[in-house]
Amino acid sequence: MGAWRVYPAVAAGSFRRYATYRAATAAGVFTNTVFGLILVYTYLALWEARPGLGGYDQAQAVTYVWLGQALLAMLAVQGGGFESELMERIRTGEIAVDLYRPVDPQWWWLAHDMGRAVFQLLGRGVVPFLFGALFFPAALPGEAAVWGAFLVSLLLAMLVSFAIRYLFALSVFWLLDSQGVAQAVMVTGVFCSGMTLPLNAFPGGLGEVVRALPWAAQLQVPADVLMGETAAPAAYLFQAAWAVALLAAGRLVQSAATRRVVVQGG
Amino acid sequence: MAEAFIELDRVEKVFEVRRRAGFLRRERRQVRAVDSLSFTVARGEMVGYIGPNGAGKSTTVKMLTGILTPSAGRLRVAGIDPSRERTRLAHRMGVVFGQRTTLWWDLPLIDSYRLMHRMYRIPDARYRENLDRLVELLGLGELLDVPVRQLSLGQRMRGDIAAALLHDPEVLYLDEPTIGLDVISRTRVRDFLRQVNAERATTVLLTTHDLQDIEQLCSRVMVIDHGRLVYDGALAGLHEVGESERTLVVDLERELPPIEAPAPARVVRVVGPRQWLAFPASESAAGLVARIAARYPLVDLSVREPDIEAVIAKMLHGTEGTPEPPPDRDASPVPESS
Repeated sequence: MGAWRVYPAVAAGSFRRYATYRAATAAGVFTNTVFGLILVYTYLALWEARPGLGGYDQAQAVTYVWLGQALLAMLAVQGGGFESELMERIRTGEIAVDLYRPVDPQWWWLAHDMGRAVFQLLGRGVVPFLFGALFFPAALPGEAAVWGAFLVSLLLAMLVSFAIRYLFALSVFWLLDSQGVAQAVMVTGVFCSGMTLPLNAFPGGLGEVVRALPWAAQLQVPADVLMGETAAPAAYLFQAAWAVALLAAGRLVQSAATRRVVVQGG
Repeated sequence: MAEAFIELDRVEKVFEVRRRAGFLRRERRQVRAVDSLSFTVARGEMVGYIGPNGAGKSTTVKMLTGILTPSAGRLRVAGIDPSRERTRLAHRMGVVFGQRTTLWWDLPLIDSYRLMHRMYRIPDARYRENLDRLVELLGLGELLDVPVRQLSLGQRMRGDIAAALLHDPEVLYLDEPTIGLDVISRTRVRDFLRQVNAERATTVLLTTHDLQDIEQLCSRVMVIDHGRLVYDGALAGLHEVGESERTLVVDLERELPPIEAPAPARVVRVVGPRQWLAFPASESAAGLVARIAARYPLVDLSVREPDIEAVIAKMLHGTEGTPEPPPDRDASPVPESS
């Protein structure tokens, strides 16, 4: 029996755990739908005034909104994924218990967050997305291959999202303040992922910068893959490069953090 | 003595602590948490490991479990150097913290056990056998499908102990396993630990502030203070060395002058109709109670056991009262329960 088998078990447990919060899921679906409506009407007005903004037509802009609402919870753009729990464990010192286990912390939390993400995609993503596709103009592909490419891009987006939040969470070892870090996760996530406005529509130098940052790998890149605005191989390369770099950074910080826990003991 | 399972030979742990000593100025200071500590624990022994807060208990346990590397000295558990082979050793040890849980908070208890099954790579047949046995011994049958957050403290504690034993660890580190539990749960946990130790020859190192845990479970006690072993032997010996005292609290019908008790018992405190009498822990309370009841209008009474801190403090300083608090250990994001 392989050591890796614990990680699917962790992911499955995490999925079941989020599935127990039914009221929260229903409330989340409602909120995403309402926010989607507000943003859609705003975008419609904006694209009416500035046709072709960011290279999108109106249908693409609307599809981008519903995609954002559908993926918001899954990618934990505003936080609220595994990292809130990890930061709490670091703050209270419960993290020491985790070190007694024969598992790798990064893999453990990744599995944890994957289980959550899959649940959020199904539980919170599907309904707002279908609602948007039914009642508003949509720019969705017909070929199954494009949808397949989108799912691969989504998986990579998930890895980048995890890696970013893992680094944020580990910073609590030094900053000792989980609330401030949670705020930072939210602000950077919402702005840099393109939750308010597609990154393609960001002007000039600012646009260049945000499109090169890892947050672009979360929503902007999968959206462009789905709507045929970017070629899949280039998109994968961009996402995978950030995923590898950030996960590697996570490992480095993890070993420094582990040493730190160890030093804090009395 | 039987085969040595845990061996420490002049083990030291020195922490370098930096603290702010003014604006931008930092001061470095060395804290010797464990100082030339040597002891051995035989396979199958059940040993109490006690000492005041900050004495070095947690540091010792962290070195034994491999998350801390000793600064000097030699340390072996089951022949393994823990800090070099932490993961390998993790498969052979169980850890229970009274104030922390390893269980999955929102999910039914059984889900945490299924996770342990994978995490420790327990063969299926042995997992089922161990689970059945632990469920029966700890009375967890009805609780397996209950989410952990809905369990009472005592139930959760039993759940945690089962989780630590599913993979048949050879050694079990227990940190305050009965803290906050009611009398029934406490007895149940102690009975169970005694049984595991007897049947499976599991080596147990027990850290606690509850003297009764030690009295009922451990034939041997080690006391650590300022990182040094100051006592290693039977509990009775500790009482003798520390000359510990129990306290009899009596409520009289009305305010009276201090009770004239037969020496060495004596009144140590009077508040209104309530009086506190100290008497040697080695003596029975029955005779004292009988004499007081015969001569004074007694309404109610209770006997308080000496707590470990008091016993140790007497032993260390030859005085009554609580030991001095340990030196400030700098701000820490990892609050220690030692």
